[in-house]
Amino acid sequence: MNINLTIIGQIIAFAFFVVFCMKYVWPPITGALAERKKKIAEGLDAADRAQRDLVLAQEKAMSDMRKSKEEAAAVIEQANKRANQIVDEAKEKAREEAARLVTAAQAEIDQEANRAREALRSQVAALVVAGAEKILEASVDADAHAQLVEKLAAEL
Amino acid sequence: MASEMTSSAYISHHLTNLTFGAHPENGLSFAQTAQEAAEMGFWAIHVDTMLWSVGLGMFFIWMFRKVAKTATSGVPGSTQNFVETIIEFVEDNVTSIFHYKNALIAPLALTIFVWVFLMNTMDLVPVDWLPFLAQKIGEAFGADPHHVYMKVVPTTDINATLGMAFAVFALIIYYSIKMKGVGGFLAELAFQPLGKWLLPFNLFLEIVGLLAKPVSLALRLFGNMYAGEMIFILIALLPFWAQWLLAVPWAIFHILVITLQAFIFMVLTIVYLAMAHEDH
Repeated sequence: MNINLTIIGQIIAFAFFVVFCMKYVWPPITGALAERKKKIAEGLDAADRAQRDLVLAQEKAMSDMRKSKEEAAAVIEQANKRANQIVDEAKEKAREEAARLVTAAQAEIDQEANRAREALRSQVAALVVAGAEKILEASVDADAHAQLVEKLAAEL
Repeated sequence: MASEMTSSAYISHHLTNLTFGAHPENGLSFAQTAQEAAEMGFWAIHVDTMLWSVGLGMFFIWMFRKVAKTATSGVPGSTQNFVETIIEFVEDNVTSIFHYKNALIAPLALTIFVWVFLMNTMDLVPVDWLPFLAQKIGEAFGADPHHVYMKVVPTTDINATLGMAFAVFALIIYYSIKMKGVGGFLAELAFQPLGKWLLPFNLFLEIVGLLAKPVSLALRLFGNMYAGEMIFILIALLPFWAQWLLAVPWAIFHILVITLQAFIFMVLTIVYLAMAHEDH
C-alpha cells in the first residue's frame, strides 16, 4: 500500500502502450475496417446495379421477342399473299392456255371439217357425174360440165 | 497455505507487494517484510506490479499488433474478428462521447480498456497459484519462501491505478490549456460556476473538482479490485471443500466487475478529455 517509484514506472509503461497503440495498432485496424465498409458499400451498389441491369435486359429481351414475333407474322402473311398470287397467276395462265388450246383445237377441227367437206364435195361431184353418166348412159364430158358440177357441189 | 501460518499472516502476505528498493539499513534489496517495504519510502519499486502490468500490456500490444500487421479488409480471421469487435466497441464509445478531432483519444481509450481488463482478469486466477509458484522459484534462488511476495493483480496496487490516473490527469491539463489557452483554463477555474464576484469560492470548488477526477479514477478501480481480491483471499481461508461454494459465485460476479471497471475507467477518461476540449 506504499506509494513509490512504481507509480512512475506505471506512467512510463502506460505512455509507451498508448503511443504504440496510437502509431501501430489503431490506424491499420480502423483503416481495414473503413476499407471493408467501403467494399461492402460498393458490393451492395454493384448488386443494385446488376439488379437494375437484369430488369432492363429482361425488358429488352421481351421487346425483342415481341418485335421478332411481329416480323415473323408479317413475313408469313406476305408469303401467304405471294403464294395466293402465284396460285392465281398459275390459274390464270392455265385458263389462258386452256382457252388457247381450245381455240387451236377448234381451228383445227374447222380446218379438218372444211377439208373433209372439200373432199366430200369433190367425191360427191364425181359421184354425181358418175350417177348422171349412168342415168344418161352417155358420157358426160367432165370438162364440159365441170362448171355445173362445181356449182352443184358448192350447193351441197 | 493457510495451515502453515495464521490467517492474518496469510492475508498480509497476499497483500504485500514484491518490493525492491533502497532500505535505510539493508541497502538495495528485496523487502523481506511489509514493514521493510514501508521503510524503503518512495525509492522502491513493486517488482510484481511492474512485471505483471508490463507483461499484460505487452501481451495486449503483441496481439493487437499482430492483427494490425495482417489486417485485411476482406474476410477477417477469428483473431482479427475478435480484435475488431473490441476496437469497434471502443470507437463507438469514443464517437458518441467525444466530438472533437483528436487522434490520441481512441487509441488511449482502447489501451485503457484492454490493459485494465487484462490486469483485472488476473483476479480470476486462483489466489494461491502464482504466489505459490513465485515462492518455489524464490526458494530455488535461495530466498526464504515466506518472504517472497507476489501480488498478481496490478490493479490492486494503488500505484498502478494512480499512475494511469495521473497520466490521464496530465492529458486533461494539457488539452485544457491547448484548447482554451492558459487564460481560458484559469478563467474556467476562476469564474465558474458562480461568476467573478465569488472568485475564491469558484476557484476552491473547481480545483477540488479537477483534482477529484484523477483521484476518483484511481481509487474507484483500486477499491473495487482490492476489495474483490480481499474477498477471494478470505474465501481461500475456508476449508478446501467449502471454498467453491463461495468462490464460484464470487468469480462469476467478478467477471462482470472486472469488465465494468475497465469500461468505467475508459468512459470516464473519454468524458474528462471531452470536458477538457469543451470551450465555454
